[in-house]
Amino acid sequence: MTEPQTANTPSVSVAPVLVRDLVKVYGKVTAVDHISFMLEPGTTVALLGGNGAGKTTTIAMLLGLVVPTSGEVRVFGADISKDRKQVAHRMNFQSPYVDLPMRLTVRQNLTVYAGLFGVANAVERIDYVAENLQITALLDRPTGKLSAGQKTRVGLAKAFLNAPELLLLDEPTASLDPDTADWIREKLRDYATRRHATLLLASHNMTEVERLADRVILLHAGRIIEDGAPSELIESYERETLEEVFLDVVRGRSSRDDAGDRLPPSLLVEETS
Amino acid sequence: MKDQALATQGADPVLLPQTGLRASARRIFALVRRYIYLLRSSGIRLIELIYWPFLQMLTWGFLQKYLATTTSQVAQAAGVLIGGVLLWDILFRTKIGFSTTFIEEMWSRNLGNLLTSPLRPFELVGALSLWSVIRLLVSMIPVAIAAYFIFGFNLLGLGLPLVAFFAVLVLTSWSLGLLSAGVILRYGLGAEELAWSLAFLLLPLCCVYYPVSVLPEWLQWVALALPPTHVFEGMRSILLHHVFDATELWRALALNAIYLVIGYLAFSYFLQSARVNGSLLQLGE
Repeated sequence: MTEPQTANTPSVSVAPVLVRDLVKVYGKVTAVDHISFMLEPGTTVALLGGNGAGKTTTIAMLLGLVVPTSGEVRVFGADISKDRKQVAHRMNFQSPYVDLPMRLTVRQNLTVYAGLFGVANAVERIDYVAENLQITALLDRPTGKLSAGQKTRVGLAKAFLNAPELLLLDEPTASLDPDTADWIREKLRDYATRRHATLLLASHNMTEVERLADRVILLHAGRIIEDGAPSELIESYERETLEEVFLDVVRGRSSRDDAGDRLPPSLLVEETS
Repeated sequence: MKDQALATQGADPVLLPQTGLRASARRIFALVRRYIYLLRSSGIRLIELIYWPFLQMLTWGFLQKYLATTTSQVAQAAGVLIGGVLLWDILFRTKIGFSTTFIEEMWSRNLGNLLTSPLRPFELVGALSLWSVIRLLVSMIPVAIAAYFIFGFNLLGLGLPLVAFFAVLVLTSWSLGLLSAGVILRYGLGAEELAWSLAFLLLPLCCVYYPVSVLPEWLQWVALALPPTHVFEGMRSILLHHVFDATELWRALALNAIYLVIGYLAFSYFLQSARVNGSLLQLGE
């Protein structure tokens, strides 16, 4: 399922995310190769793929940080390349590869971002989000002094400040211990359900994807190889786990053919980004 | 483990209007607040802001004092050197304030967060500009007061033209800051040397300590195309001849308008180029 659905789904123009025939080329390298998909409100979707599959580039294009070579990205109907300002306050983003300023305290950082997102009741909102993410005791500590798990929770607090309808997450539990990672996943699941928010996460953590995602978009060499519910993919590949499906895909085994069959040569190019 | 629901109970965020001047001002002040927090977090940064201009003022002040007892009438003219150094510091410190604050965002890997927030590029530029002036005032006011008590040089003695001089120098520094920030955005922190060296390129050309007439004729044209040159010429005219030529300043302001437009266009071009090349943010892969 690579084309946006129109039946039994919200109007294409107001879909949280609509990607049409998206391409990103860096020099001679094609990082994202003609991908299309649509996200429905209230769903959690995982972009799954190995290193260089194009997950991060796709998320960066959805955020407006990278300009597509061709194709279209619409967020809540707005062309993100031209009209990001119309929808920026309805989305947020968290990645372990982007930091909040280390010298500022957690409260100072959250106050600054509350201002940038225009949160009128910033003090109450910060206290509330902090309590929910169990970082109240950290609020007056410098962000740079926190552990990786604490920083992740602070990053999530920043991402929840404006209660975004669309939350983009790049490797949300990278470098966390299993207990903390599990707790974060529970928070994300809870948020998506109660807020009816759309979550798009890039990950190569299979447990995370199986646990969180209603739908998986499997990328390889910049292309969408599979798109469906985790259980459907597992069934389709006649495997026990999503990890086995992933290994089949990256090693070039097709889903509905025999396990030893290979994908078309065009899909077996070198990883690109 | 306490487990409340996010966003649907309690303090739901009340989002203010996102468009219009008031929204832009709010975002600019939010970012300036971040820089205030940063300065407050480090006493050493605060001391450093005053330390270098203070040392420079002392050095040139004592040189001026020495020359006053030994050499020509021009050199003896009160405040030519110390006035030059104080005005040069307005240009230099504002430029460095703009550029280093921008570089700070890259060092702290915060740019990705900023550029995915509702903050717009012109608001980022607005915040950097405003903060560079605040930094300048924190830095220069104590030094100007010290110059008065140590050497008897009163910067305010330049009178109303001082306001115009200040404006010209600050506007020039913003143009340079925009250009440096754009290049750093596009080419990364490897290009940060530019932030430091670009202002120094102007030092010999802007005739901070000597008149334009000292330069070879062809270089005089280059010097006169730079707005700060008119400021330093104007300052010498006031201190040596007690004459203020407003035409020079209008020329400088007109030149500044051109350089500011070029600076902003360059910044926008490099920002777009960084988005195209994917160099704006390495998200991890």
